[in-house]
Amino acid sequence: MSPLLTYGVAGAVLIAIGLYALIVRRHLLRKIVALNVIGNGVFLTLVAAAPRLGTPDPVPHAMVLTGIVVAVSATAFALALAVRVRDATGAAVLPPPGDDVAGGPGH
Amino acid sequence: MPQLAELPLLPWAVALPLGGAALVFVVRERAQAIGLAVGVASAAVGLLLALQVATGGVQHHAVGGWGAPLGIDLAADGLSALMVAMTSVVGLWVSLYSSAYFGAGDGGHQRAYFWPLWLLLWTALNALFLAADSFNAYVTLELLGLSAVALVALAATPAALGGAMRYLLVGLLGSLLYLLGVGLLYGAAGTVDFRLLATAPLAGPAAAVALGVITAGLVLKTALFPFHFWLPPAHASAPAPVSAVLSALVVKASFYLLLRFWFWVLPEAATPVVTNLLGLLGALAVLWGGLRALTAERLKLLVAYSTVAQLGYLFLVFPLALGSVEGFTAWGGVALLLLAHATAKAGMFLSAGAILKASAHDGVSGIDGTAQALPVTVFAFALAGVSLVGLPPTGGFAGKWILLNAALATGQWWWAAVLLAGSLLAAAYTVRVLTHAFTRLPGEPPACVVPARLEWSAVALAVTALVLGFAAGEILELLRVGAPVSGPVLMEQLR
Repeated sequence: MSPLLTYGVAGAVLIAIGLYALIVRRHLLRKIVALNVIGNGVFLTLVAAAPRLGTPDPVPHAMVLTGIVVAVSATAFALALAVRVRDATGAAVLPPPGDDVAGGPGH
Repeated sequence: MPQLAELPLLPWAVALPLGGAALVFVVRERAQAIGLAVGVASAAVGLLLALQVATGGVQHHAVGGWGAPLGIDLAADGLSALMVAMTSVVGLWVSLYSSAYFGAGDGGHQRAYFWPLWLLLWTALNALFLAADSFNAYVTLELLGLSAVALVALAATPAALGGAMRYLLVGLLGSLLYLLGVGLLYGAAGTVDFRLLATAPLAGPAAAVALGVITAGLVLKTALFPFHFWLPPAHASAPAPVSAVLSALVVKASFYLLLRFWFWVLPEAATPVVTNLLGLLGALAVLWGGLRALTAERLKLLVAYSTVAQLGYLFLVFPLALGSVEGFTAWGGVALLLLAHATAKAGMFLSAGAILKASAHDGVSGIDGTAQALPVTVFAFALAGVSLVGLPPTGGFAGKWILLNAALATGQWWWAAVLLAGSLLAAAYTVRVLTHAFTRLPGEPPACVVPARLEWSAVALAVTALVLGFAAGEILELLRVGAPVSGPVLMEQLR
């Protein structure tokens, strides 16, 4: 297995783990961490998928850097929002979307 | 006076709301006045840009003179111009409405933070519609998602905070999937530029996987059935002007990117299985959203489920226009429906906001007697409903009629049945609201006053949805600029 393929497979595994946790775990902090795991899997895959002819291609690296900046600010915002949700509802979980919506698909 | 063709409208469409957002964030005590002025100016720039594209063809601008592949390019074809124009019209009236909606009740907190976030959202929308490369589109998609979530959270109720949190988690997942696809496409084609991607020989499993994850991410963000679960709580619990822009504009942004990828970048990837699957999910959204709107307890939830249903129509573009040589009929019909829904739904949410300010509780039954107290607002709600149902001569009618023709002309009559069933459901839930609004309460009509700006902004948007029906010819001409499909608009089949 070439190193690049290893990175690609590792990225896919990270995305799968993160997706599982995002859907299954109820605590908001775990969901936010899960999104970060997905993000790292995506970044790993991007670096692995960059075409390499001799020297590494800088464009995917720049993409990943931008992605990290976005991920950091989005995580900060998500954490702040999670604190507000806990203060307002008493628990750091997603509140049920109201009796009007219960029973719809996706729950 | 400089010629229209020489005005640098592309960069100004992004820079103006961005500068305004920064300014109102610093000068908070004047946020309302400055925000409204910047909103009017941004709307003017957006409409001029549409005129520029209509008269001068596809526009292109390399920011800072760098150009692709190093720099950021902005580009506007007919579809981009229409989306920017739609943002301008809805944005103008929502700005006017908001200047009277947010009071000083909570120490002016909502009013102070609404304006920077709203102008940032506007920036993100314009930048996304004008992005010439798929990575720039990713950045604007994230900017759009974050500012939209913050605007929902502005309501600060437990329901709004929960809705915002769910919206944020879904939105971030969607944009990460999109980023993964953009990276994989770069690996396969060596470019992120939309024009170069369209000409690059993309084939093989890498391109297919890339398009798959991009579609998954964007479908999640567009709230296509069955991924719509996050939309009703978020759209129903936000402040009324925010609900209006979320339903009218924000969900259209990810749909616009879907069109970019499916029609420009990889049209050859469209197999009947995929296009019919997307169409089928759209059809289910039309039926499910309509049924939920019919049974929703709360007024704004009803309008939010109506958005789920109306978004479903848009996905009929995939089976009807993709892969067909003369797909312009369905393409034009969907574009008209998209514009009509944006204006009508914004008008409907704005009038719902005014009604709720004046009524006893937010249940649909709590609006009894509103027609006596707020006749203008109820008129706006009814007119917007007429366009959503698709009665002539509204824009909703023009779009549905053309789409109906496309379904029959391509021999796919089952999509026509979906269109008709959806119209029936829309008529039912609109009438359900109007029945309550026109129920007379005993005694004197309640003397409730809401600011005139709230009522007339809603009317203006509903009237725009009506006028779109008369301007359909001009809109279709603009849409032809740089369109990925060709052919005449077939209108013969039903005569």
